[in-house]
Amino acid sequence: MADDTRFHHGSVPADARPIIHMEDITKHFGNVIALNGVTFDVTPGECHCLLGDNGAGKSTFIKTMSGVHKPNSGQIFFEGKPLSFDSPREAMEAGIATVFQDLAMIPLMSVTRNFFMGREPTKGKGLTRRFDIDRANEITMEEMRRMGINLRAPDQAVGTLSGGERQTVAIARAVYFGAKVLILDEPTSALGVRQTSNVLSTIDRVRKQGVGVVFISHNVRHAMAVGDRFTVLNRGQTLGTAVRDEITATELQDLMAGGQELAQLEGSLGGTV
Amino acid sequence: MAAEIQASEDERIRSETLATKLMKKPELGAIGGVILVTLFFMLTADSTMFTLSGIMNFMTPAAQLGILGIAAAMLMIGGEFDLSIGSMVAFAGMIFGALTVNLGLPLILAIPLTMAFAAAVGAVNGTIVLRTGLPSFIVTLAGLFILRGASLVGLKLFTGGSTQLRGVRDAVEGDWLARFFSGDALQGLFAWLASAGVIDTFSNGTPKVPGVPVEILWFIGFALIATYVLLRTPAGNWIFATGGDSGAAKNSGVPVRRVKISLFMLTACAAALVAVITVIDAGSTDARRGFMKEFEAIITAVIGGCLLTGGYGSAIGAFFGAIIFGMVTIGLTYTDFDQDWFQIFLGGMLLLAVVFNNVIRKRVTGER
Ligand SMILES: Nc1ncnc2c1ncn2[C@@H]1O[C@H](COP(=O)(O)OP(=O)(O)OP(=O)(O)O)[C@@H](O)[C@H]1O
Ligand SMILES: [Mg+2]
Repeated sequence: MADDTRFHHGSVPADARPIIHMEDITKHFGNVIALNGVTFDVTPGECHCLLGDNGAGKSTFIKTMSGVHKPNSGQIFFEGKPLSFDSPREAMEAGIATVFQDLAMIPLMSVTRNFFMGREPTKGKGLTRRFDIDRANEITMEEMRRMGINLRAPDQAVGTLSGGERQTVAIARAVYFGAKVLILDEPTSALGVRQTSNVLSTIDRVRKQGVGVVFISHNVRHAMAVGDRFTVLNRGQTLGTAVRDEITATELQDLMAGGQELAQLEGSLGGTV
Repeated sequence: MAAEIQASEDERIRSETLATKLMKKPELGAIGGVILVTLFFMLTADSTMFTLSGIMNFMTPAAQLGILGIAAAMLMIGGEFDLSIGSMVAFAGMIFGALTVNLGLPLILAIPLTMAFAAAVGAVNGTIVLRTGLPSFIVTLAGLFILRGASLVGLKLFTGGSTQLRGVRDAVEGDWLARFFSGDALQGLFAWLASAGVIDTFSNGTPKVPGVPVEILWFIGFALIATYVLLRTPAGNWIFATGGDSGAAKNSGVPVRRVKISLFMLTACAAALVAVITVIDAGSTDARRGFMKEFEAIITAVIGGCLLTGGYGSAIGAFFGAIIFGMVTIGLTYTDFDQDWFQIFLGGMLLLAVVFNNVIRKRVTGER
């Protein structure tokens, strides 16, 4: 790692209490150590970028945050109190919404049904309590429009959407439900220019509303565009956390690649990476 | 930019024809099947098949199978199979017989207890499937043998060596609940229709068909409720999601375990309901009750548009699937054909339905 002292100043501003604080998280899959003591937090109104190479453990880490995986050791504090999510449903009820890397969409189901899966709006009481499909359709169309995608019909099956449209549904859904924390695992990997800029400005918008955003990306420019803090993971461990304005895109890029290999590549690619 | 995005007319949508809209309905195949089979028997069968009494004749077995088929369809949409429901009919029949005959319990206790036994077995099935992660096909195949064997052993135990438990009719005679589970309903209506001359009567004025067999009403009611639950409630959305991709559903906050275990309990309870109705009707229960019904129920669900891979299908489809089944089983007796064509017909229908469903699914989902 670069002997860059600036890269250790990324602590939380004294006045901001983190919404979620993950302390020394480890996670094993059989004999694979996916996470080996990762500490991370998000405060309201910030965008905390999680960066790192393929297989660094980013997705595994956010999955422990959203209740998918239970960490083998370490502690999770939600709004100051120790907490452990037993299921993604519990994390959602606490106000944590996630765009998973695999999107967690059901191709055979309609956009609306996917959008509200697990959190269907209802009308009526008692035995007549039912899925309010009209309202669900309306909200879905509206939220998708805000993300810059005009759906043909809300009852279109997700399997018939393009990769980017599908990703946008997942993002719109998480934004709609992420009351306190919004986790985005490479949300822009399939998106066009306009939709990417829409997603970045959406991150900015919800951050201003006081939501804490965790943003995973391989694209340094996207991360630099919205990130307030940057944490780099490498082989299941934290390399460190940096604050915006204290680090340059090039430094960040070098860190993400583990520091060395990129330099060699740069020669042959003429610095285009 | 906002205005441009707001544009409501999308030039990239061709207006949908009625045909493509219909294609998106999973039950389309089954409805088409009912029409085809009806036409076939209208041409080949004795005209009495489609009189009121003829219709009741084929609707009764259709209803008994359909109750199982609709439950199997819901479970299949939820991504699982239950091969133990046929044996469950025998097992629940045995429990019900023992409760009414041996213990002399009134139906108000015997029926809920039978249901509770069945639901417990269903919950065990579901828990094993979820805990082990094994395909439900194999777990419930074990259940098929275990429950069939348990019915035999249990019956011998309760009867002192026989595999048939008699005396149920006497035991439930006069029980006020019995009329909801046996005999004909709506008799007043039918008597009135007869006196008004709408339906055929015997020479003494009583209607030839005294009422609707209760199982037909259970069948219709169950189909309506199941359809409502699937299409109009959050639970229905959870069932589709769970069957479509249980991992994605779980990560999206669907209580997948709860959904699956509830569905296994539902299929078991449907089997218990069929057991109660048919046992009271026959007045006795035996270990062969419900034999092969698990396969017939699954065929019903598949004809009704359910995908074997889960996440797609309909209860109303299974309803029509069961009617096709009933028509073919009974209908052949009204024709000159050899009865044994039944199985060939059935296999053919199944094959056709699976191929058809596969094509439809690709059309609907734009599978690439
Ligand atoms: N369920 C699992 N079982 C076994 N190993 C796993 C599992 N999930 C993740 N791993 C391993 O943990 C490591 C970290 O995986 P993870 O998906 O978190 O990486 P990542 O940082 O998200 O990578 P990418 O940038 O490619 O998405 C990998 O080596 C992976 O093989
Ligand atoms: Mg990942």
